[in-house]
Amino acid sequence: MRLTFVTATTGLVMLVVIFELLRRRQLREKYGALWLLVAVAVLPLAFIPTLLDGLSSFLGIASGLSLFLFASVVFLLLVAVHLSWESSRLEEETRSLSEEIALLRADVAELQELREKVKTP
Amino acid sequence: MTVTTERVLTILPAWNEAESIAAVIKELQQEVPDMDILVVDDCSRDATAAVARAAGAKVVRLPYNLGVGGARRLGYRYAVEHGYDVAVQMDADGQHDPRYITDMIDALSDADLVIGARFAGEGAYKVAGPRQWAMKLLSKALSAIARTRLTDTTSGYRACRGELINFYSRNFPVEYLGDTVDTIVQAKRSGYVIKQIPVSMRPRQGGTPSNSPSKAMIYLFRSGLALLLALVRR
Repeated sequence: MRLTFVTATTGLVMLVVIFELLRRRQLREKYGALWLLVAVAVLPLAFIPTLLDGLSSFLGIASGLSLFLFASVVFLLLVAVHLSWESSRLEEETRSLSEEIALLRADVAELQELREKVKTP
Repeated sequence: MTVTTERVLTILPAWNEAESIAAVIKELQQEVPDMDILVVDDCSRDATAAVARAAGAKVVRLPYNLGVGGARRLGYRYAVEHGYDVAVQMDADGQHDPRYITDMIDALSDADLVIGARFAGEGAYKVAGPRQWAMKLLSKALSAIARTRLTDTTSGYRACRGELINFYSRNFPVEYLGDTVDTIVQAKRSGYVIKQIPVSMRPRQGGTPSNSPSKAMIYLFRSGLALLLALVRR
């Protein structure tokens, strides 16, 4: 019973934190939606930890807990890979932007020089 | 030297080179007078940009440090946007002798990419130990891929023309070693002709190339990875 209390509280706190981050627009909707979905899917398990036992015995896994741990490791791994991919893309984008800025500044400097020359012949 | 009407741009990526850059630019101007020089200042903390501008080079300055590959890609982008026919890339530390630029541009008549190679007969450049093996292995592999003898694949002294400038402005690899290995593989895979000519390098103005075995091992590993990735990349 005490275990259920711990897991249930953790699940609820997670849900509230994500919701609050979304509400303050600190989290992009796509990530917020993902984590909210995870929280909603996991919350029943927090209240009734034996819920997965049926499925896990069907899959040949000894206990629901093992299945859950396995699934969460796979899921977190996928999320980490996704984030690396996302940050690589962002790096490429900022790189292109910095190139653009460097070129623009060079153009502006050139134009300014030209204007000075026109002003003072 | 042949007289050409081609517009040539020399790209010098520079990071904290205020002390040596002016001399390099001056020498370039003397050696090849009708050529534009672009210094890509990779967010130096010293006066590199100002010194280069005062010496008569065009300067673009990156808002933050992107590394030598990133700086070179910007150089190629500049070449495309300003309609240059030939782009030459050199190091800004005075290691590359500008006497060879005209030879390299001449060699572009039957190639898209010309690499100025040490070890190819000219000059007295030597590396020893594991680092040498790594470089040899890399040269062997890349020679096989490019179907031409390449003895110095890590040379940053290169010239390219036409469509390849355009290609590099979009695809120049910015990862470590990518700017040497990947550029050759990509150019070859996209159907460009690669060629090398012998050049001699001068000693670096400051610093020495590292010779520790562990660093050489890391170098070998990273170049192997770079090569593998370059080969399987779409």
